[in-house]
Amino acid sequence: MDKLVIAGREFNSRLMVGTGKFSSNAAMVAAMEASGADIVTVALRRVDIDNPADDMLAHIDRERYLLLPNTSGARDAEEAIRLARLARAAGCEPWVKLEVTPDPYYLLPDPIETLKAAEVLVKEGFIVLPYINADPVLAKHLQEAGTATVMPLGAPIGTNKGVRTRDSIAIIIEQAIVPVVVDAGLGAPSHAAEAMEMGADAVLVNTALAVAENPGKMGAAFKKGVEAGREAYLAGLGAQSDRAEASSPLTGFLHND
Amino acid sequence: MSFLDIINQYDPQQVLAEIEACTSADVERALNSDRLGPKGLQALLSPAAEPFLEQMAQKAHAITQRRFGKTILLYAPLYVSNECTNGCVYCGFNATNKVPRKTLSLDEVEQEARAIHAQGFRHILLVTGESPKKVDNAYLAAVAERIKPYFSSISIEVYPMETKGYQQMVAAGVDGLTIYQETYNRELYAELHPFGQKRDYDFRLLTPERGGAAGLRRIGIGFLQGLGNFRTEAFFTGLHALFLAKHFWRSLISVSFPRMRPAEGCFQPPNPVTDPQLAQLICTMRLLVHDAGLVLSTRESAVLRDHLLPLGITQISAGSCTSPGGYSETEKSTEQFVIDDDRTPAEVEQMLRNKGYDPVWKDWDEAFLHKAG
Repeated sequence: MDKLVIAGREFNSRLMVGTGKFSSNAAMVAAMEASGADIVTVALRRVDIDNPADDMLAHIDRERYLLLPNTSGARDAEEAIRLARLARAAGCEPWVKLEVTPDPYYLLPDPIETLKAAEVLVKEGFIVLPYINADPVLAKHLQEAGTATVMPLGAPIGTNKGVRTRDSIAIIIEQAIVPVVVDAGLGAPSHAAEAMEMGADAVLVNTALAVAENPGKMGAAFKKGVEAGREAYLAGLGAQSDRAEASSPLTGFLHND
Repeated sequence: MSFLDIINQYDPQQVLAEIEACTSADVERALNSDRLGPKGLQALLSPAAEPFLEQMAQKAHAITQRRFGKTILLYAPLYVSNECTNGCVYCGFNATNKVPRKTLSLDEVEQEARAIHAQGFRHILLVTGESPKKVDNAYLAAVAERIKPYFSSISIEVYPMETKGYQQMVAAGVDGLTIYQETYNRELYAELHPFGQKRDYDFRLLTPERGGAAGLRRIGIGFLQGLGNFRTEAFFTGLHALFLAKHFWRSLISVSFPRMRPAEGCFQPPNPVTDPQLAQLICTMRLLVHDAGLVLSTRESAVLRDHLLPLGITQISAGSCTSPGGYSETEKSTEQFVIDDDRTPAEVEQMLRNKGYDPVWKDWDEAFLHKAG
């Protein structure tokens, strides 16, 4: 597959995976390995980032994966900025998946606080990957602020409903000048394939793997879905035909001499 | 990143070869997709697309109506000076041409503005040549200030400025910029622009970006049809439009279709574009940029303009005079180019109504440019 490039760094896989909600660290590792992911996200609030012997961190091979700390749980820009700084101080690379979700029920991202935090973190040298609602104008503001990607949600996090925000994501993909990573809501490999067929640069999946009966097998299935979608996009999909039948020809005048 | 980084990746010869190699299957695939990429753009500009022109027109028409409805914006050009130090070999105002030179005084500009305003226009396009000693930023800013009371939108089609110059224009009430690359082919560009500041291809190419950076809300581009191969020129114009729309997303991008006709002068366009090719060009541009303004001037004949309108056009000029002072003088001086559609604005307005379009005279307000505090 062609390489994914974020902030000048190349990745072989276009599937990112999250590490939350797994029944065991063994299940998490099985899913990560089978998925072929190069980037794994870790919620800073879940781990003791200073401690290499942390139960979850100890299971993640930092040589193999780029550990992408996320600020999930942050309710405003200030909290998110503080979390990101802590992670960097603990020796993480300055990459951060920015999540600001003041509403604890649907965990929908706060556009205003996310933009504020992004502006500060970019200035501080962070490579910022913001989680957002599928809002094309917000995506533009964020890329202007200097974020490395935008990560619009397909559906509310954990819902497994697929690409429900399809029309807005299509606009973001059409207009973005940074990679577009569809994040949240992708519940099946076919959902991931759909996002990739649309031209998304990558997808991020967590719940669908964590709650599968067999996370390892599901990781492998998503890997195939992402690859199939990407290849179909590159191959040039034949779109559904909506050919107009000319009732009143518009170009007849060119032939009347 | 600038558009230079993009265009420098392409070899025009190679692009032409790719376009000419497109097949009808490529055209059908492009026609059936929602959005054109560079490949689809090449397909629709190719000779293989010619048999599909009616389908392209139907789709372009549908997209345009969905986005713009049944409306056409009317504007008028106001030539304030024909002084020029450039040697563009195809232009009537080229420095070596022995034509009477004139730069309107502010009072004369206002007289013209009144005449154009009286015809109904509220969107005006100020036009000059390039003559830094005779026409500078301060003069243009003064012109804009003077005519502001008559128009709700002022655009400029003048020499390329630095970003600072455009900021000065915005402050004076200018909201739009039109600048044609003329040809995107570097070698041909050098040949056609033997002397003058316009020789600098890169500076001209990056002009829309400087205008966008300065906050101009409308940015118009195009190539002069007849100079280079129209298929490659249109390909690069399309890429340019896409680039600008992505990077200057607060500005409305428009694409114009100026076409040189074989004329009485000594310059004969080396690559004349036929009517069906112009139609193909307009449809392709609409299928590429669904939301862009597409502009057709009075260079084209009345009959042709009326027929091209439904293919995606959103703005037209009417009753244009292409010489400084032409609206208020009775005696005509030398024109930059001969216009073909010489109907009055009122006649064009009536034509639009007859064809089921609402003629729009005002679609902007100066108030947008006033920043609080």
